[in-house]
Amino acid sequence: MTLRDTLALAWGSLAHQPRRTLLIALAMSIGVGAVVVLTALGEGARRYVLEQFASLGTNLLIVLPGRAETSGMAPGVLTGQTTRALTLADADAVMRLRGVARAAPLNVGVARVSRGGLSREVVLLGSTADMLEIRHMRLGQGRYLPPGPSNQATPVCVLGERIRAELFGAGNALGEWVRIGDRRFRVVGILASQGQQMGFNTDETVAIPVAAAQQLFNTESLFRILVEARGRAAVPEVRASVLELLKTRHEGEADVTVITQDAVLATFDRILTALTLAVAGIAAISLGVAGVLIMNVMLVSVAQRRSEIGLLKALGAPAASVRRLFLAEAGLISLLGAAGGLILGLAASFALGRIYPALPIIPPLWAVAAAVATALVAGMLFAWLPARRAAKLDAALALARR
Amino acid sequence: MIELDRLSRTFQVGDQHVHALREVSLSIAAGEFVSIMGPSGSGKSTLLNLLGLLDRPDSGTYRLDGADVTDLGDAETARVRREKIGFVFQFFHLVPRLTAAGNVALPMLLAGVAPAERKARVAQLLADVGLSERADHLPSQLSGGQLQRVAIARAMSMSPALLLADEPTGNLDRATGREVLALLEDLNQRGMTLIVVTHDQEIGARAGRRIVMEDGRVVEDGA
Repeated sequence: MTLRDTLALAWGSLAHQPRRTLLIALAMSIGVGAVVVLTALGEGARRYVLEQFASLGTNLLIVLPGRAETSGMAPGVLTGQTTRALTLADADAVMRLRGVARAAPLNVGVARVSRGGLSREVVLLGSTADMLEIRHMRLGQGRYLPPGPSNQATPVCVLGERIRAELFGAGNALGEWVRIGDRRFRVVGILASQGQQMGFNTDETVAIPVAAAQQLFNTESLFRILVEARGRAAVPEVRASVLELLKTRHEGEADVTVITQDAVLATFDRILTALTLAVAGIAAISLGVAGVLIMNVMLVSVAQRRSEIGLLKALGAPAASVRRLFLAEAGLISLLGAAGGLILGLAASFALGRIYPALPIIPPLWAVAAAVATALVAGMLFAWLPARRAAKLDAALALARR
Repeated sequence: MIELDRLSRTFQVGDQHVHALREVSLSIAAGEFVSIMGPSGSGKSTLLNLLGLLDRPDSGTYRLDGADVTDLGDAETARVRREKIGFVFQFFHLVPRLTAAGNVALPMLLAGVAPAERKARVAQLLADVGLSERADHLPSQLSGGQLQRVAIARAMSMSPALLLADEPTGNLDRATGREVLALLEDLNQRGMTLIVVTHDQEIGARAGRRIVMEDGRVVEDGA
């Protein structure tokens, strides 16, 4: 029997029982649809996080003092030494390295900012002019920290939008003076509101020159040095040369850690991909359930069509043809279910995308292909037993009964 | 054409062995019209199933067209049935969702005959049994006699050398039964070997050779 005739005959018997066929196909559709929607959601979450990172710049390297050790104790505890601090001179040296586009030293602390009778605690960032570009922040008014030597403690500050609103309300802030700690700073710029950026709200920060921050906090050391490489390809090279440079500058001791954005990105990518796979797996269980349903219905169908199967055998169908016929029926149902599931899943993904526009909800191609393939395989696999039963049927007995 | 040598078949019913056939030896020549009669339980249906390769004997050999077909594998048995044997049943056994033409085409479908050739042969076969106008009717829209004629057309579709009929008129009224019988006799006259299992004395009388069975044995064999 040719494949075309097999399929045509199988289709005929499915079409003869439209309601039953549609119900099984529906069960299959729900499974396929669930896989498509859930992977779309997982993939959407992954892309969302990656985009958030990308907004911080994927060429970013972060230099922090101290070696990353796997032991629970700080390295200085055993040797009696403390970690050497990162200094402004270190930052200036890093800036001159090949492959470095920009570098900004960073000091972070909490300080009280006041103007007139109003005051509040803020996160104070001590940095340089390059910070604006490195962190992809946008200015609302005025300018950012002045360029120039990093050790110049110019008494100027840049306010986050929220701080400006709280201290100045509707009034003009540019050129006004505020008190930070025990010093006075002139407001030279306001950051545009951009809300949360990877758990760091720029709206609630105040930036001042790094030298001023060091005086304010009475410290020589830096919290971080943020380095932007000239391109993504330059990141490993810059990382190596930063480590080399700081080792030389710290009397041969490799006492800094360099984190690349790529590494963090890759970790998040792995975690979220694993999550997506997990939800896809859970959804795939429903495909298995649909497979069991197919098996059940096919077993009933074999019992009901005993005389038809017997007839086919009497007319010269070998067991293999009978088996293929029933497998073809299961395959066609699965195909129908997979098609319906795709439509269902894509429609639901589209609807979810409308409800949560921030999430890029697109079902990944691999998941769509996997869902369809799983549906077909599950259908055929679970139809194997009924098909075998049909193929083994005793034709003489089947025909003897009315 | 058919050589049966001491064919036996036993069925197990509960813990009893029922001897449906006891060492039946028979020889049937090509072109014969043979009727097999006997009370129910005499083994005539078992004999027909064995002749049609729907069942296997416990012992003995069956030679069809000179070839031993006793112990063929499933695929081979199916091929022999497809190419050499046609079946006509008491309850017609037409597939209810297929039209008359679809039912007639079924054996050719199983044999992998190309659609164009299939169509032409179905038209010829339906014309032979006088049902050209009913080609697109479903079995539920046909009368008993018409159903049996469709079944005969189906049995003839692969031009088999042997036609096995199990009570072909058992479910028909007398007049229709005669028509169907005439159709079968006509096929026999054109050279086909015809073996009919029947209770009907009239058919038995018209057969060229009558075999009477009782208790799994041939008790009478003659003209």
